[in-house]
Amino acid sequence: MVFSLILVCDSSAMVGPAFPVPGAPGAGGSLENANPLIYRRQGERPITAREEDGDLPDAIDAREIFDLIRSINDPEHPLTLEELNVVEQVRVKVNDTESTVSVEFTPTIPHCSMATLIGLSIKVKLIRSLPERFKVDVHITQGTHASEHAVNKQLADKERVAAALENTHLLEVVNQCLSGRP
Amino acid sequence: MKDSLTVLSRIPAHPDSRCWFLAWNRTGTLLASCGGDRSIRIWGKEGEAWACKSVLGEGHQRTIRKVAWSPCGNYLASASFDATTCIWKKNQEDFECVATLEGHENEVKSVAWAPSGNLLATCSRDKSVWVWEVDEEDEYECMSVLNSHTQDVKHVVWHPNQELLASASYDDTVKLYREEEDDWVCFSTLEGHESTVWSLAFDQSGERLASCSDDKTVRIWRQYKPGNEQGVVCSGTDPTWKCICTLSGSHTRTIYDVAWCHLTGALATACGDDAIRVFEEDPHSDPHQPIFSLTAHVARAHSQDVNCVAWNPKEPGLMASCSDDGEMAFWKYQRPEVC
Repeated sequence: MVFSLILVCDSSAMVGPAFPVPGAPGAGGSLENANPLIYRRQGERPITAREEDGDLPDAIDAREIFDLIRSINDPEHPLTLEELNVVEQVRVKVNDTESTVSVEFTPTIPHCSMATLIGLSIKVKLIRSLPERFKVDVHITQGTHASEHAVNKQLADKERVAAALENTHLLEVVNQCLSGRP
Repeated sequence: MKDSLTVLSRIPAHPDSRCWFLAWNRTGTLLASCGGDRSIRIWGKEGEAWACKSVLGEGHQRTIRKVAWSPCGNYLASASFDATTCIWKKNQEDFECVATLEGHENEVKSVAWAPSGNLLATCSRDKSVWVWEVDEEDEYECMSVLNSHTQDVKHVVWHPNQELLASASYDDTVKLYREEEDDWVCFSTLEGHESTVWSLAFDQSGERLASCSDDKTVRIWRQYKPGNEQGVVCSGTDPTWKCICTLSGSHTRTIYDVAWCHLTGALATACGDDAIRVFEEDPHSDPHQPIFSLTAHVARAHSQDVNCVAWNPKEPGLMASCSDDGEMAFWKYQRPEVC
């Protein structure tokens, strides 16, 4: 999978890639983290009697948010973000009444060049899945990435996210991460 | 404070997309809106209601981020993520694209006309601010490329009556520029915000500038000329701009826009928490340490982020706002009776 940097990130060398993608310099063609630790997947969520009762209000909770993002594919490995422990249910905070969702994700290595792309995929998945009233914040787990502040700032900038998502090539890569494994 | 800001009407201005920005023409008779649907709409009053007079659809390949009217009202400039700026000329009721300004390396984020109408400024994610000169034949020539910012430049605005330009950036600073021997130079950098500065607004006199940021504050900066009584140090003949007030604690998310009414002095903000707020200066406070109080707060002004607030330049208290939900709203602001 080789993309031209010019096509993938319409930013010039001077500006630097807005959202690094596989095949871009930095990934260097080889895997950055060749042997990641693989974690066990959570089981299916047990459905409670309350949830089966359609008359009762059913607020969106952390498990529901986690279920939306756990099966996102890692851009490098044929593994999900859950299997790589990039996302965990305990790092999902949701407040349905205030319409806020906050997700912390943990890159597998502190210099992971895919961090922005992973964060963007989580953000896109939640924006597409949740009602529009929700404010979705996606951050790197504190202390787990060398460029934590820069990545967080970029993910929080909705104007740059909007511009990135108008890039069809980048959108393809994001959609690939979001497509469930067969 | 409860009913100081009341909604007059709501219009789905850019349905199924974001409405990014609004701009009134100088006479306050037309409002231009732009958005993620790559179109510009021109709104005018029909009876009591605001109606769409024109749709400017062909011109840009991507999101139109901001629009600006020329001071004469005959031209509209549009800044787009497609890296170009289009100039539209008004003929009777229709608009025609008469020029496309190219040169920025990626998304153009903002555009503004100088008060004379002879200069235009654009800024981009490529970190630069460009100053363009306009001649009588509608030819646009780039006079200067200013590379002072170290990151994405979000907004440009001209002083209300001088050839002084201000820009706001992702690098957390505001910069000021003036002409010097046929070129433009940055003469001041305003530091203080702790995150992206999204927008700027001069007050009516141009002596003060308001900036709003991702750090959830609004800062008020004041100009001090050389030899000022307050003893603010200036270098050479350039004035020093000093932060004289920080409005903090009122906003819960990013502040995307600020508008300073030149008729009433009211300061409005557009926030990522869906609210619109209005602040006014306490007339008894020290002008060098002013106190601004919240005089209106509409918590759910829109159903999503508010991207822009714009005071009508002729009708005091009339304000327009727009949101990520694609809607535009018109508001009546009435200053609450102060005790």
